[in-house]
Amino acid sequence: MCLAIPMKIAQIGADGMAVADLDGARQDVDLSLINEVRVGDYVIIHAGYAIEKLHEAEAAEQVALFRELTEAWQNSQPKPR
Amino acid sequence: MRARLQELGATLAARGRHVQVMEVCGSHTMSIARFGLRDLLPLNVTLISGPGCPVCVTAPGYIDAAIELARRGVIVATFGDMLHVPGSDSSLADCRAAGGRIEVCYSPRGSLALAQANPGCGVVFLGIGFETTIAPVVSLLTRAAEARVTNLSLLTSFKLVPPALRAVLDDPGVKVDAFLCPAHVSAIIGLQPYEPFARKYGKPCVVAGFEPLDILAGLCAILAQVQEGRAEVENEYDRVVRPEGNPKARAVMERFLQPADAQWRGIGMLPASGLALRPEFADYDAEKRFGFSVGPGREPAGCLCGEVIKGKLAPPRCPLFATRCTPTAPVGPCMVSSEGTCAAWYKYERNQANG
Repeated sequence: MCLAIPMKIAQIGADGMAVADLDGARQDVDLSLINEVRVGDYVIIHAGYAIEKLHEAEAAEQVALFRELTEAWQNSQPKPR
Repeated sequence: MRARLQELGATLAARGRHVQVMEVCGSHTMSIARFGLRDLLPLNVTLISGPGCPVCVTAPGYIDAAIELARRGVIVATFGDMLHVPGSDSSLADCRAAGGRIEVCYSPRGSLALAQANPGCGVVFLGIGFETTIAPVVSLLTRAAEARVTNLSLLTSFKLVPPALRAVLDDPGVKVDAFLCPAHVSAIIGLQPYEPFARKYGKPCVVAGFEPLDILAGLCAILAQVQEGRAEVENEYDRVVRPEGNPKARAVMERFLQPADAQWRGIGMLPASGLALRPEFADYDAEKRFGFSVGPGREPAGCLCGEVIKGKLAPPRCPLFATRCTPTAPVGPCMVSSEGTCAAWYKYERNQANG
């Protein structure tokens, strides 16, 4: 139930509703629980409501770390002959 | 990451230290099972599941009440994972098969649409959840008021995570060295509620996301704290969780809800561990509108869900696991909830049980 997913805000409508997009899959999302959302922001959506924004700087840092760890792991694997 | 985990584990093992981490949230339980993360752990680190599955900690009496409403001709709108949970005698799915009007909604907003489409009929939304879900559900009431919808109400079973963690720590039968804290509950409540568990109980509390690398990063942070003799609240999911949480969501909750005692399946009554509608919103409170009280209901004979959700029993140790209790014929909620510990073990970890 807590498995909320990150989606990108594609369109902001009147009355606190928006359309969010994830690779073409679109969903209506209620923005009344968060502030200052703009088109292009990523939000975490739970049961049709945005509960938080994905904070870009930290996200970028974490993605970079994961990428680094993945590369390090791949490099440590024995190469197929 | 795995190497780091093993390295930290080895250092602690050398000191004779076994670390038992409670992962609180049902979504963490599912991720750990689905991605086989237990296999990556050093031998001296074990993970036990906690009470973070809202469906699993709801008493059977709640299902009974929902079924009774449907029998009275009310349209019962619910999140999908409630459908097959056994009540004292029956489930919502059985009720639907017998003609009850049970409608599954992805979002609580679906119940508003149902109320507008069926003006002559009462619609009750089953509001079950922890902090992540509570804010969206009560947000619905603002929209209902704006749309002047008067035939919608909530049957609430809102519970709070921090009191459950305290109950776990106060239970002498449960050994927890650290908590892997929920991702999205923490996005709402922030980090401060976990402070007493670090400061007073001396347990490291690390908030982690649900992706496998997030969980491993969280476990590494926990082991590093244990190794260094620290007990702090740490945020490994700072791309989403702010230290202060989401004050706007909490304000919405505060507006409609007040603290209430709550009955937790398997744990019992925990004071101020839940939230109930404030008296001025009685019109939206299904118990007041329809004049009844949710009772505890009857536990199925032999069901050990209560032990499982406290981390005292791993699912394969339950005599009913995968024998009398399966996802298609569950005895208790842990086997049928999308975040249930037994469901996670049944689906992903049964080779562990046999091996």
